[in-house]
Amino acid sequence: MLIRGKAWKFGDDVDTDVIIPSLYLVTSDPEELGKHCMEAVDPEFPRKIGKGDIIVAGKNFGCGSSREHAPISIKAAGVSCVIARSFARIFYRNAINIGLPILECPEAADGVSTGDQLEVDLDTGEIRNMSTGRVYRATPFPPFMQELIAAGGLMKYVAKQVGLARGSD
Amino acid sequence: MGMTITEKILAEHAGVKEIYPGQLIKARLDLVMANDVTAPLAIKEFESVGAKQVFDRDRIVLIPSHFAPNRDVKAAEQCKIMREFARKHQITHYYEVGTAGIEHAFMPEQGLVLPGDCLIGADSHTCTAGALGAFATGVGSTDLAAALITGETWFKVPESMKFVFKGKLRNWVCGKDLILYVIGRIGVDGALYKAMEFTGELIRGLPMEDRLTMCNMAIEAGGKSGIVEPDDITLEYVRPRAKREFKLYKSDPDAKYCEVYEFNGEEIEPQVACPHLPENTHPISQVGNIAIDQAVIGSCTNGRISDLRVAAEVLKGRKVHPYVRLIVIPATPEVYRQALKEGLLETFLDAGGAISTPTCGPCFGGHMGVLAEGERAVSTTNRNFIGRMGHPKSEVYLASPAVVAASAVLGRIASPEEMVS
Repeated sequence: MLIRGKAWKFGDDVDTDVIIPSLYLVTSDPEELGKHCMEAVDPEFPRKIGKGDIIVAGKNFGCGSSREHAPISIKAAGVSCVIARSFARIFYRNAINIGLPILECPEAADGVSTGDQLEVDLDTGEIRNMSTGRVYRATPFPPFMQELIAAGGLMKYVAKQVGLARGSD
Repeated sequence: MGMTITEKILAEHAGVKEIYPGQLIKARLDLVMANDVTAPLAIKEFESVGAKQVFDRDRIVLIPSHFAPNRDVKAAEQCKIMREFARKHQITHYYEVGTAGIEHAFMPEQGLVLPGDCLIGADSHTCTAGALGAFATGVGSTDLAAALITGETWFKVPESMKFVFKGKLRNWVCGKDLILYVIGRIGVDGALYKAMEFTGELIRGLPMEDRLTMCNMAIEAGGKSGIVEPDDITLEYVRPRAKREFKLYKSDPDAKYCEVYEFNGEEIEPQVACPHLPENTHPISQVGNIAIDQAVIGSCTNGRISDLRVAAEVLKGRKVHPYVRLIVIPATPEVYRQALKEGLLETFLDAGGAISTPTCGPCFGGHMGVLAEGERAVSTTNRNFIGRMGHPKSEVYLASPAVVAASAVLGRIASPEEMVS
């Protein structure tokens, strides 16, 4: 799967309270959550980004609370992929479970600037910076996660396993 | 090859004899927990795949804690989704407002979680229960939804880090100071994906509630879990509460650790984590003159009876500073009742403090003490991220109940030592 978009750069330790403040945890509506993505550090972010844009961040992205509202709000805001030096583990699981592609790549986290045009190949883990010509390599998803993603996310994977009717659609 | 307590618990629940860090396993779960913020999303997922029944109604815990008692209409709707699900599936461990407490204080207190258990909760502070010698970790709502159906989840077996505490605790120093000190040393991603095992002579003498506080904040160092080997102190806590069998595990002497840290308790003074990360930790003597608007004593980190006792000891016969709002939140109804019996609530009222019903409340900026722009709180809670307790331009300092109580009286971040004279 190939993703193309503009990079939006963030720093280290971006926490889930910053990604989606608790004020909005009274809803699980993706559209509503997307409207407030990252507003604690950049109130204009949800309006500035274009569909398919890419978040590039430092270490420990998504640290803090287990709220799945965080990756949901990023995805619903139009972000197609998050690239970071490293991810906090609950966020990592949540992102995969809801189908938000994420890649760990310290070199890209350092080398990409806001506004750069990126092309990301999720199958190979190759990140191409079209603005600078640099190419970075992230480790692609391990096989068991590819299987989970291929099934359409965790719930469809589980539904298939336990033979629930709607799992196959 | 020797195994750590974490590896042994995971091996048992994966049905294998040996296990190694990095291995992917499918583990049977003893308990699956969610709250009013995370359960509605999990229920939506559960229903979206057409699931009809939960794996075991006795092994699911659903607790309204975050926005409960209902903060507003939207929060009320969220709590209602969870309540209706609990009734429909006859969930044994659903607790209503009035009997419910903050889940991570409530579950150990009520004997719902026991040594040797393997559990997940859709709340990052699920790691608290590791203090009993269990493997406990936080997940998101979709992981939880899958576990509601299957009673299983997948894990990557974490590497273990060992934190050995020697010596004795100094005056006014408690489990909260030890864990803040650790986070200050290793950083908010210092234990990323790893199990944090706390041990050493100091931990072996540490009361259960302090151990719960320490494991509670393992996530603040990025840890997958925190754990303490069960001992006599654990058994004394667990035996009167347990209503089912439990199993004690210990790390082998030749177990492998990716890192080992040694700390001397005598060198650790009360700690304060300054904005906006829990790793921004300083000894209280170096914090300087920081005026505060609010002081909060409560949460899954420090809302237990021993926390309220030490706060009351500091506040007894004193008044809260006129420019400060003190908010005290017993973490569970049992803590509330015990504090009432011991006269602690009267001490808080006499001092000019407000007492809330059990709730996560202000810890995550939910309700019951949200901060305005430019306001500053010192709090016994676990996170001081930007906007955590309210306005993005408010600030939270994290500290122990003793420090928060002393600060409430003096109107600035202060050590209880200052009150003695």
